[in-house]
Parts: sequence; C-alpha cells; structure tokens
Amino acid sequence: MIPVWAQVVYLVAAVCFVLALKGLSSPRSARRGNQLGVVGAVLAVVVTFVMEDVDHLGWILVAIAVGAVVGVVFARRVAMTAMPQLVALFNGVGGGAAALVALLELSETAPTTSSLVAVAFSVLIGAVSFAGSAVTFAKLQELMTTRPVILRSGHYVSVVVLAAGIGLAVGVVATGDLSLAVLLTLVGLAFGVLLVLPVGGADVPIVISLLNAFTGLAVAAGGYVLDNTLLIVAGTLVGASGTLLTRLMAQAMGRSVTSILFGAFRGGSTAGGGMTGAERPVRSAGPEDVAVLLGFSRRVVVIPGYGLAVAQAQHTVHELATVLESRGVDVSYAIHPVAGRMPGHMNVLLAEANVPYEQLREMETANAELRTADAALVVGANDVVNPAARTSPGAPIYGMPILDVDQAKAVIFLKRSMRPGFAGIENELLYDPRTTLLFGDAKESLTKLVSAVKNL
Amino acid sequence: MDSSVALLTIFVLAVFVGFEVVSKVSSTLHTPLMSGANAIHGIILVGAVIVAGRADSAGAVVVALVAVVLATVNLVGGFVVTDRMLEMFRRRRVDARSEDAE
Repeated sequence: MIPVWAQVVYLVAAVCFVLALKGLSSPRSARRGNQLGVVGAVLAVVVTFVMEDVDHLGWILVAIAVGAVVGVVFARRVAMTAMPQLVALFNGVGGGAAALVALLELSETAPTTSSLVAVAFSVLIGAVSFAGSAVTFAKLQELMTTRPVILRSGHYVSVVVLAAGIGLAVGVVATGDLSLAVLLTLVGLAFGVLLVLPVGGADVPIVISLLNAFTGLAVAAGGYVLDNTLLIVAGTLVGASGTLLTRLMAQAMGRSVTSILFGAFRGGSTAGGGMTGAERPVRSAGPEDVAVLLGFSRRVVVIPGYGLAVAQAQHTVHELATVLESRGVDVSYAIHPVAGRMPGHMNVLLAEANVPYEQLREMETANAELRTADAALVVGANDVVNPAARTSPGAPIYGMPILDVDQAKAVIFLKRSMRPGFAGIENELLYDPRTTLLFGDAKESLTKLVSAVKNL
Repeated sequence: MDSSVALLTIFVLAVFVGFEVVSKVSSTLHTPLMSGANAIHGIILVGAVIVAGRADSAGAVVVALVAVVLATVNLVGGFVVTDRMLEMFRRRRVDARSEDAE
C-alpha cells in the first residue's frame, strides 16, 4: 500500500500534469506548462524511490541515466523537420514500457480478476502502440514507402488478428497465465503493424496522435494494476486529451478518424485517383523567368508546404522573401493549418528560420490577401491548394478548407515532379494557363531564385 | 468505498478533465501539445521503477530495466523536444512584444 504522504505528493504531481496540458493549449503559457510537467514528473519519480523499498537500485539508476542520455541526445540533435517521427518514436517506447510493466506485474504477483483485465488491456494496447509507432516512424523517416500499403486480403488478416487478440485477452483474464500474455503481446505487435500499414503519408500525424492516446490508456491500465493513482490520472489525461486532439487534427484536415482507420481496412485511406494526366501540357519555366515574375510583383504570397519541410528549405525561403522585400515587394506567408508534416509544424519551422511573426497569415486572412496578390508562390505544397477540395465532390479531400491560390493573378509551383500530393489526386491548377512550374528540389530552386532576383 | 471503485472514479473524472483542458487549443499548438502529452505518459517510468525494484528473478530484472530505459527515453526526450519546439514560439513572441512597446 502506498503511504499517505506519498499519495499526497502523487496528487500534487497529477495536478502539475493537468496544469501542464492546460498550459500547452495556449501560446502564452505553453512553455511554462511544459516545465510544470517536468516538475510533476520529477516529484513523482523521486517519491517513488523514497517510498518503495527498491532493490537493484544501482542498476535502475544506470538504466535511467542511459534512457535520459538517449532521450536528450535524440531530442536535441534531431532536425526540426524530423520532429513528427521523433514524437512517434518516443510514443512507441512509452507504449512498449507500459506493456512490459504489465507483463512483469503478471509474472511477479497473482492479480485479481479486475486487475487481470487491466493487465490484458495494457499489454495489448501497449504492444499495438509500440509496433504502430515503429511503422509510422519508418514511414515518416522514409525507410519505407509513404504510400498506403494494402496487403491482399489484409482486411481479413486484420480481423483475424484482432479476434485472436481479443480471444487471448479473455484467456489471460481467465487464467492469469504468463505465456498467454506473452502471446498476446506478439499479437498486439502484429495488429499495430497491420493498423498503420494501409494509412497514407498525409494521415500519419493523425495516427501518431491516436497511438499517443493509446499509450496513455495503456499507462492508465498499468496504474490500475499497480494500484497507483498517479499513473491512472496521467495516463487517462493523455488518453482523453489525445483522443480529442486526434479528432481536432482530423477536422483541420477535413478527414474523419474512422475513415482513416477503417477506410484503410477497406482499401487505402488516401489511395485512389489516376495519374493519367501525366501527358497533359503544363507551362514550366526557368528560375530567371520566375524571378522576373516575382521581382516585379507588388504582393507575393508564399505558400510553404510539406515539400519545403522535406527539403529543409525554410531558411532559403526566408532569404528569398528578404531579397524581394528589398525590392519593395510585399511578402507574406499563407499557413494552412496542416502545412508541414503535422498541424502547426510549419509555424515551428518558419519560427526557427526567424520569419517575422507578422508575416504569417492564417487561412482566412491569407485567402483575402490572395485575391489581391500578383503572385502566389507554392513551395512544395499541393493538396492544401487543390481547388478539387471546393469543386469536385468525389475527391478524397473534398470539403477540406484550402488556400485559394487560384484567386491570385499568377501561380508559381516549385515542385520536384508532376507526382500528385499525398491525397493522390490530380491538381487541376497545375494545368491552368496562369500557372508556371519550376521543377526541382525546393531548396535548390529557391537558391537559384534568390540569385536570379538579385541579378534583376 | 471499495478501492477498485475508487480507482474507476478517478479514471472517469480524469477522462473529463482530459477532454476539458485541451478543448480550446489552436491548431498552431497541436504539435507541441501532442508532444507534451506524449512526454506525460512517459511517467510509466514510475511503474517501471516499482516493478524493477520488486523483481526477483534475473530475467525479470533485465526486462524491468529495459522498461525503465524505454520509459525514461519517452519521459525525458518528450519534455526536452517539446521545450525545443516552444522555445521558438517564445523567441518570436518576445520579438513581437518588443515591437509593440516601441
């Protein structure tokens, strides 16, 4: 039984976590919120060492030191553009830890029926989160294809694996048998992989958020097993807020969570759309032509997207904007809520490149400015400016709020190729007579544009 | 009150609190918020330390230590990376404020 004083400290830590999440949802208090979270975590861990008669103390401290070094190095070293996969990775190891804790508790003690339910839940969900996060990491790191992977009759395989998981979970609750629980872990891992494989690249952030919520719930269940109120509160907070956050993100992208997950079962969440348009004529131009177009505009709106993040071109785009401004061009950035790899990711990247806050426009303001803009410069974005979201009800992105780039007098796309965006659908705007394409890596193209504008 | 019911009560109330605290978040902060929440579930470290401290067999100790490492990576890495993201927002805001003052 946990002593009363320790329970009180746990309560304080839990309050810290609530305030941390509260703080993180408003820009002014976000950093303080995160620091409060650290305070809560330190309190909780220290109290645990003091109240528990911990064996193997030296080894545990070594393990914590190793984990802390790995965590800090990864968190500090990884480029801002690789943030989403890092979050996926951290989430996965958390889920793995939750599953292992539940397995160990089962092997060391003889839990009651209700805590056996929690053990089975924690093992299964923790394993799903671990394997699912590993696959999202591989997709985002481009260790594997970012396109949806559809296994033949994958739908049936998933259903069978899920049924096996539920059957094993019931078995674990009925018998408390450790080997069944280990088997359950393996099935959970398999299901995690099957769950994420069919999800397309653009939907991956939503899946990370969902798996984040899963890990939270696995931690909460682990807390139930250990009779530890702090783990229950912290895990549940993350589970609940993560679920809501997943829905908010999906709304911002004009998608529904169920269509992402179960649409994937049915045959690809963001597949579809033929690529027949490859032979249609487009107008492409060299950097010098584009430089003239930009350099003699009065107002240019830059639309940074996923491709800019991949090419790490945020600094170069800022350089181009500075050069244009020195010529008296009015430059602003239109930020779609889901630009980059995660909602809000683009704001982070541009902030890192020292782009002044006053130049960033949210969607409504941006659309008003686009109407009076001489040129819209689309850097590595596609789906978020695709008019199909307004005009063609059959498109997967139909209904998603987009930036009305087609309202500008001229549109310039910096693209690597004619390949469609993640939603896998053609963008009619590319074939519009007012559109100019500049092919190449976003960073290289921007560098060429900077020198071309300077030479005007 | 039966202790398992007490735990269930805590669980249900925490669900509502969790929904409530993030209900008004702006899309700009989705990524840091997800990352911060991600760090918080790293508190499973407490559970990992407890099972490691109670483990008897060598095998269980090893598995528990693996859990401790994984949980620490989640907890420490999560908070550090969230702070790194928010640092950029802060710098930007300070700039904006100093210009307001001029």
